[in-house]
Amino acid sequence: MDASHSYAVLLAAFFAIAAGLVGSVALMKRMVLASDVISHLALPGLGIAYLLKSNPLVGGGATLFLGTLVVWQLQKKTGLAADASIGVVFAASLGIGALVTPGEDLLEALFGNFQKLSLVGFLLGTAAVILVVLFVVQMKNQLILDLFSPELAAATGVKVARLDLGFLLVFSLTVLVGLRFMGALLSSALIIIPAATARQLTGRMTQFVAVACAASLISVAVGFVVSTLILKTSTIGPTIVIVSVLLFVLSLLKKK
Amino acid sequence: MTERLLSARDLGVAFGNRVVLRELSFEVYSGDCLAIIGPNGAGKTVLLKALQHLIPHEGEIEWSQTARVGYVPQSVAADRQLPLRVKELLAAKARYLHLADQEMEQVSSELNLSPEFLNAGMGTLSGGQFQKALIAFALLGRPNVLLFDEPTASLDELSEERIYELVHELQSQKGITVILVSHDLSVVYRYASRVLCLSKGKPCIGAPKEILTPERLEEVYGAPPKFYSHIQEH
Repeated sequence: MDASHSYAVLLAAFFAIAAGLVGSVALMKRMVLASDVISHLALPGLGIAYLLKSNPLVGGGATLFLGTLVVWQLQKKTGLAADASIGVVFAASLGIGALVTPGEDLLEALFGNFQKLSLVGFLLGTAAVILVVLFVVQMKNQLILDLFSPELAAATGVKVARLDLGFLLVFSLTVLVGLRFMGALLSSALIIIPAATARQLTGRMTQFVAVACAASLISVAVGFVVSTLILKTSTIGPTIVIVSVLLFVLSLLKKK
Repeated sequence: MTERLLSARDLGVAFGNRVVLRELSFEVYSGDCLAIIGPNGAGKTVLLKALQHLIPHEGEIEWSQTARVGYVPQSVAADRQLPLRVKELLAAKARYLHLADQEMEQVSSELNLSPEFLNAGMGTLSGGQFQKALIAFALLGRPNVLLFDEPTASLDELSEERIYELVHELQSQKGITVILVSHDLSVVYRYASRVLCLSKGKPCIGAPKEILTPERLEEVYGAPPKFYSHIQEH
């Protein structure tokens, strides 16, 4: 394995940890559906980038962050109607994405592809993961207060709307890091499924977050080995998702 | 000399075309136990939220610089499955406000919170225990004003009595100023030093004996409130 492959493997592992962290919070915030939609927001950008023969991550990142701001505004302004509005954003992203993405690139945009990674790409990805981890660690107390009650958090002085935006951006950043491995359709799966697995296994918050990170890491490691060594394919996203789903099924066997 | 802790002037709150509070003015002094009463929809909860700037409002709300406010909401729509223990919730607030480590211990000992209680998951607490945890949460940061929004709304009579005794203890022994929303007029009569009555007509404020009269209550509630006979027994 050369250096560029090692960078890709290492970044996939870092992504798994960030996905576990962010997924735990998303699950506790009961924003799994909104989170799932966010990852699909990258699709139109990916499609446009493929069309223009430019860097897909730049295109995907642009519509991802723009869409995140739209979702945040919808959540803030429309209250209960947010679910419906988010559903519309989701359908629109998928439709536009499928329309503009050239046929031969559509599969890669949706399911990702495990390719070599440059040092710059690795460093940028690692910096993004560090940002995600720092956000969750630094904002831990505000996040706990907000998870328990946004109203009490606000009464305690937490800027709840700003915190929500920060979390959505961090969520998008995590999706962006995972986009190249997992694609727009599957990258949020690794954020959601390991967290759901961890929730089955423990009722303690610290353990919950740790188990989610571990389940995510195991999914990526096993998925990578199975895809590259046994299935001999570079599309590792589906295998990773299947491993994470198997872990979830196993977790159902445990009585809390 | 009693200090003025809160002054609200021409306070108004509207949600779209629906006006909930209009031109409401009142003051709260240190040591007060101000009870806010009124029929459903009169704006009692809205008033408490407006006082904390949690919702948009018109008019002026001026808290004294010495005021440190704690809030006990009527209910918290927390996820019962949330993997959060009582002590983790309290610690999150303590760390966020950079409080000294001993403060959490002090609050726990003042409210007689056992290690088992502190280690319990928030979702496993009974109604009364949950309310006690919320009061402990509100007491972190040494507030000198506590806002209670129907603290016993979903509790049985025994738990209700205990919570009100605790509220009264905080007010009488620790000198904490209390602003209390309550439907229970007997409790209001027993503990409040002043009563703010919100109704569709003009709001009024005064001593319990002035406000809790049969005529006024009938005017506010539209029918003689069932608690009135109970009040007369005291």
